Amino acid sequence: MSTPEIMVNDSELVEPPVVHADRRHSEWVMMLREAWRMRRTKIGVGICVFMVALAVIGPWVAPYSPTQFVAPPFSPPDIPKMWLGSDYIGHDVLTRVLYGGRTVILLALAATVIGLVLGVTLGLITGYARRWIDESIMRLLDVVLAFPQIVLALLFVSILGPRLWLIVLIVGIGHAPRIARVARAATLEVSQRDFVRAAEAFGIARYKILFNEIMPSITSPLLVEFGLRLTYSIGIIAALSYLGFGMQPPAADWGLMINENQIGVIIQPWPVVVPVLLIGILTIGTNLVADGLGRALIGIERDTGVG
Amino acid sequence: MMRDATPRPESDAVLKVEGLRIVLDPSGVDIDDDVSLVIRRGEVLGLVGESASGKTTVGTSLLDYQRRGAKIAEGRVEIDGQDILAMDPKALRGVRGGQISYVPQDSSAALNPALRIGTQLMEILEIHGFGSSQTDREARLAQMMAEVLLPSDKQFLRRYPHQLSGGQQQRVAIAMAFANRPKVIVLDEPTTALDVTTQAHVLDTVRELTRSYGVAALYITHDLAVVSNLADRIAVMYAGKVVEIGTRDELFDDGHHPYTRKLLASIPDITGERALRGIPGWAPRPGQRPSGCSFTPRCSWATEKCSQEYPPVEQVSPGHQVRCWRQREVGAQSSVLEADSGERKIIETAAEDKQIISVRDVIAFYQHKETLHDITTSVAEGHCLSLVGESGSGKTTLARCISGLHPHKIVGDIEFNGKALARDARDRSRATRQAIQYIFQSPYSSLNPRKTIGQILLQPLKVFFDLSRDEMEDRMVKVLEQVALDSSLLSRYPDQLSGGERQRVAIARGLAAQPTVLICDEITSWLDVSVQAAIIELLAQLQRDMRLSMLFVTHNLALVRSISQEVAVMNDGRIVEYGLVDAVLEDPQADYTKKLLSDTPTV
Repeated sequence: MSTPEIMVNDSELVEPPVVHADRRHSEWVMMLREAWRMRRTKIGVGICVFMVALAVIGPWVAPYSPTQFVAPPFSPPDIPKMWLGSDYIGHDVLTRVLYGGRTVILLALAATVIGLVLGVTLGLITGYARRWIDESIMRLLDVVLAFPQIVLALLFVSILGPRLWLIVLIVGIGHAPRIARVARAATLEVSQRDFVRAAEAFGIARYKILFNEIMPSITSPLLVEFGLRLTYSIGIIAALSYLGFGMQPPAADWGLMINENQIGVIIQPWPVVVPVLLIGILTIGTNLVADGLGRALIGIERDTGVG
Repeated sequence: MMRDATPRPESDAVLKVEGLRIVLDPSGVDIDDDVSLVIRRGEVLGLVGESASGKTTVGTSLLDYQRRGAKIAEGRVEIDGQDILAMDPKALRGVRGGQISYVPQDSSAALNPALRIGTQLMEILEIHGFGSSQTDREARLAQMMAEVLLPSDKQFLRRYPHQLSGGQQQRVAIAMAFANRPKVIVLDEPTTALDVTTQAHVLDTVRELTRSYGVAALYITHDLAVVSNLADRIAVMYAGKVVEIGTRDELFDDGHHPYTRKLLASIPDITGERALRGIPGWAPRPGQRPSGCSFTPRCSWATEKCSQEYPPVEQVSPGHQVRCWRQREVGAQSSVLEADSGERKIIETAAEDKQIISVRDVIAFYQHKETLHDITTSVAEGHCLSLVGESGSGKTTLARCISGLHPHKIVGDIEFNGKALARDARDRSRATRQAIQYIFQSPYSSLNPRKTIGQILLQPLKVFFDLSRDEMEDRMVKVLEQVALDSSLLSRYPDQLSGGERQRVAIARGLAAQPTVLICDEITSWLDVSVQAAIIELLAQLQRDMRLSMLFVTHNLALVRSISQEVAVMNDGRIVEYGLVDAVLEDPQADYTKKLLSDTPTV
């Protein structure tokens, strides 16, 4: 310890030095601000906004209908008629790219939300109840966790058939144990605090303690987790589409496009390369945001000592 | 204790601080301003102030260290003529831990949990090149351990910090600070987290080592009683400025600043001759300090001039300086320690009052370990029973058993108004839960940081009463009034309040339930002495006005006279002594009580 790390008694500045009388920001707003200060978050948000805009506006500006035959299969790009050429049965690739983002983003969002609701509920219950409830639920979740998410999804889809709601549900359920672990760890910590004891002493119902007392204190790590799980959802949903279990032809979908056009990748690479790039960029975007949030969270924990 | 009263010559000064100004970065708001101190060889200077007075910031700046967001703007810090603030980082590393060292408040956080203590102590000797050989250093290591009264055998040195008690950890930190025979040492509230017995040991060690090595020590604390027997001179800080500095006797018997006098009056008096007086309000934080003298809003001597202009430094006598426009008038009054032998405000109670809480043959477990053994005691209606003991004595466990918050096994009878109480608060009737209210130790943990004060106070009102929106509003304002808080706080969040205000809100939350029994678990241990006095005054008044029965849990024996009629002293899960407060404190029977009494710092 050449420069002994000086542990300062910071009690006198636990609170921000200048307190505004009526303007006050909760911790996660502070976290968002801190995250926004980082370049990675700005780039990530930029990418996400671009992707969402592409998915929303795309269909309006697409030159053709996604199911319209415009040229012979695997025609090379013909600017300005066909910027990216045609696909395996002669649809316009640019049109299908513009249409194909919606499903991935929507399905991934839905799956993540399902995972979040399930995971947070389970995490709150196990973290607060402990003992046998904690043990049994967590071991059950370990079983789910033992399957790679994609295998879990394939298992159910191959039994029940390729239905969109099923994919969303299974991917969400696959996320739940991971989110539950994060929520449980945060809950364990928060439920040690005396304000939870105080609520118990008043005899306030357990579910009210969970959702009114504890949950507001664990939003920050959950926000980070949401970003991370969204990234995974995009990957898995796209993978399932590619494997043929997602959207069915003739729908336009990035994952499906890769599958349909891979045989012609040597003569007409665009219908494969463009969706691959877009999926990749989208996951990088969400991941950058999640990473920025995570770093901001750690920063906040260091500064104020609260989780 | 005898002291060398003759002022030593200035040339003997080891540490000189001149015109130190520390500001918040980037706003430039002063944390500390115009701080000048001199500490001589072998001298202990006590630096005393409330939270937010900037005392820790001064302490760490002596090592040219500032936490994030603070910056030294002006001033000089000299050790034996060397300017610390002008040093480059490499030279500074050599000085820190060598010529000047720091003992933090929480040594458990300062020691590396992954290294054996022997390794850590050896490391600091090696880095600063102590002695000429490994044998030298090993000899020094053994000597250091002996100095802080710890064993120096191999087995002990091979322990990790978590295998030591809090007192032992603090002594290792002190050994580490004294290892390289520094010229200056900064001790930042090193005993605040310790029990009185351990605190007495640590204070002895510090005193012994500074004398024998001729070290200049700066001892930072919020508790005047702690430094009263340790420090040669005391500097009182308020809102970032040193308002009075002088020898211990000059300050205690002849204080010329109103703040010094009020601080003294807020020290609990174990003899019970002096009434406890809190200081109203709280110390302003950087950026919120009023113009003129910062103490004006809390000062009973304040005049028009005080709020306009900051008073200059005035000499009372050589070495005794004060910053107050009215220091002459203040100094002319006789000392608070003698003057105010005013009546104690404890209400008189009769011995035959009905028992409201009775505990019989209670044994409690923590997991599978028995932590309370055969406890029998009771609280009478309208009385206050103090439960005194060191950490680990089981006092909090007993309080939690009564309030239904002990989640482990309990055997025996706990009765409320003659009826047996369920073990778990959830299994009790609503009326019982309402009647017994529990105030927690830490106001930083007991209030939900995501809720406004209004939402927090609403909780008991919603659970226990059927009230309309307006009635609830009225009740909230009323309970805030009872704890001397303004209703404008209803829309604030806990982190916008000071520690004392938060504890008042916690008490208000308990009062909102309209209880008959209030259980207070060490509720002042996180607070400044001045705030503690104000909270005790408030509780005593509530007990009088509302005829509350109270169980007051504390580790501070000096407090019990100011609040309670009966006292039970606990040690190792047993009640070792029980009786009326005066009887127990004046004529203690148990050895443990006698020891506690002798270790409690007094002025």
